[in-house]
Amino acid sequence: MSFLDELRQWPAARVRDAIERARPADVARALGREERTPEDMAALLSPHAVAHLEDMAREAQRLTRWHFGRTIGLYVPLYASNICGADCVYCGYAVRSRRKEKRLKLTPDIIRRECEQLAAHGFKNLLILTGEARVATPVRYIAECVAIAREYFPSVSVEVYSLQTDEYRTLVEHGLEGVTLYQETYDPETYPRLHLKGEKMDYAYRIDAPERAGRAGVRKLGIGALLGLCDWRVDGFWTALHGRYLERACWQSSVSVSFPRLRRTPARFAIPHILTDAELVQLMLAMRLFLPHAGITLSTREPAALRDRLIPLGVTMMSAGSSTRPGGYTTFGEETLQQFEIEDARNPEEVVEAIRRAGYDPVWKDFDHAFDEAARR
Amino acid sequence: MNDALTIAGRTFRSRLMVGTGKFPSAQALKATLDASDAEIVTVALRRADLSKPAEDSILSVIDRSRHLLLPNTSGARTADEAVRLAKLARAAGLEPWVKLELTPEPRHLLPDPIETLRAAETLVKDGFIVLPYIQADPVLAKRLEEIGTATVMPLGAPIGTNRGLRTRDLIKIIIEQANVPVVVDAGLGAPSHAAEAMELGADAVLVNTALADAADHAAMGRAFALATEAGRLAHLAGLGPERTAPEASSPLTGFLFRGETST
Repeated sequence: MSFLDELRQWPAARVRDAIERARPADVARALGREERTPEDMAALLSPHAVAHLEDMAREAQRLTRWHFGRTIGLYVPLYASNICGADCVYCGYAVRSRRKEKRLKLTPDIIRRECEQLAAHGFKNLLILTGEARVATPVRYIAECVAIAREYFPSVSVEVYSLQTDEYRTLVEHGLEGVTLYQETYDPETYPRLHLKGEKMDYAYRIDAPERAGRAGVRKLGIGALLGLCDWRVDGFWTALHGRYLERACWQSSVSVSFPRLRRTPARFAIPHILTDAELVQLMLAMRLFLPHAGITLSTREPAALRDRLIPLGVTMMSAGSSTRPGGYTTFGEETLQQFEIEDARNPEEVVEAIRRAGYDPVWKDFDHAFDEAARR
Repeated sequence: MNDALTIAGRTFRSRLMVGTGKFPSAQALKATLDASDAEIVTVALRRADLSKPAEDSILSVIDRSRHLLLPNTSGARTADEAVRLAKLARAAGLEPWVKLELTPEPRHLLPDPIETLRAAETLVKDGFIVLPYIQADPVLAKRLEEIGTATVMPLGAPIGTNRGLRTRDLIKIIIEQANVPVVVDAGLGAPSHAAEAMELGADAVLVNTALADAADHAAMGRAFALATEAGRLAHLAGLGPERTAPEASSPLTGFLFRGETST
């Protein structure tokens, strides 16, 4: 079984057609339903839905409060390495991005130091990231990072290159809870034009990775499209289908969706489909209506003022006080390459305060060591 | 009237148990606990930071001189995980009570009957007082009772749905057959639902989402407390049977008394 079989039922032309053909009455019908179909999703992503944005927001808020309560989970990223063998034309880490800053991978000692620092802030939920570099950062290195992090955090997730099922299994055995992996774009025609080197060129291998992770026992699966690469309505539609597919295929895993929006890119790449704030909000709301049980993750790619406004619109997880530079919390400064600029530079305490002001309870811990496989041995 | 609820030899005044998830703030939870007068308060071990109870937004507002802190294993997918969690909680100083929640599917959080039974067997043998969250399955309820669980906690409707007693007929059978307290857990969205469960003969109810969702937490806590008590009183008072039409005359047998056929 593969999501590709389902995706083939919805080629770009059919998705575009469904979005373009949606009339105001289709939007109203989609809003009124309890279970929404792919055609409903197309209507909610259509230009006609803009007139119903406030209604969509109310429904998104109702569904989110119903399933998640008025709580926002907190997490923080830890970049273990910025060494990257892929060449993704939009990315600051890309091998041919001609960046002068240093590339490195953290030693276990520095990983530990970073963990200590982040745990002291109160974080209980860590996301470890690397570049696309199987040789420099092999699975055994990632497993070691997970094992160290688990000494400090009840919940550890990774955002690394696509792995095989047994490799995910190895990480689960070291205490891994979640895997985040963005397809970047679901458009099979755009994808090869943007990913020019390495294993990441393999669209199908990447798209099946979250399912492999779920089958290996990973409990939390995070997906998303990098917004700006392709028509957001179409990529958003495919992301939604992927989410629903994973909820069925990996019934013991929870699925979350993220909406990373490209804001700045290396000089060689101009963002072809820039999203406005209103479009980002429409996409997020439509996703909540189509996937009422999915987590929605909001990173510090977005600025503080917008993040605060998005809290009551369906968000369930936020990062805070992030650095996208390896060793950026304790050891290395601007001489070391970062993946992207942080837009919301507030410290964790300030973000927690903003969550409280919005009427939500910031949740640090939502997992326990007792659950993970490492505790079994 | 002394109408205490007894679970595993311990008596409780209140028949309303409260869950602590989904609240917007520690203050909202505290207001709910105070107004509901609940004595048994359940906390998800996955959420609670037992190492720092004073800093934890849930644990810090539970006054353990007033409330029995009932840890639950929400999020556990297997019996092993649930058992491990329960033991960790006991090792951290909580009483050996556990609300068993085996919920392998994260979206609807429906209980896994097989793993629940396995975990209950292990935990009862290990001296725990076990309150299992289950489907409204009368056979499973009896099997758990035989193992030695302190209660059974069938769901009224899928958790968090506020849909009320959708499993009414099955819960009725569970109540008829039970030798341990029956606590209706999950799905009760309005005080009237709680009253209905109590009128039916449930020994207690557990409510969470309906309280956490309320605009006025204290008022909703109080409303559920009153409804639970009202339902209990009505059950004890003896409700009349439901009728669909008035039954003033006897169209089928009246002729016997009107002399129409006497010879």
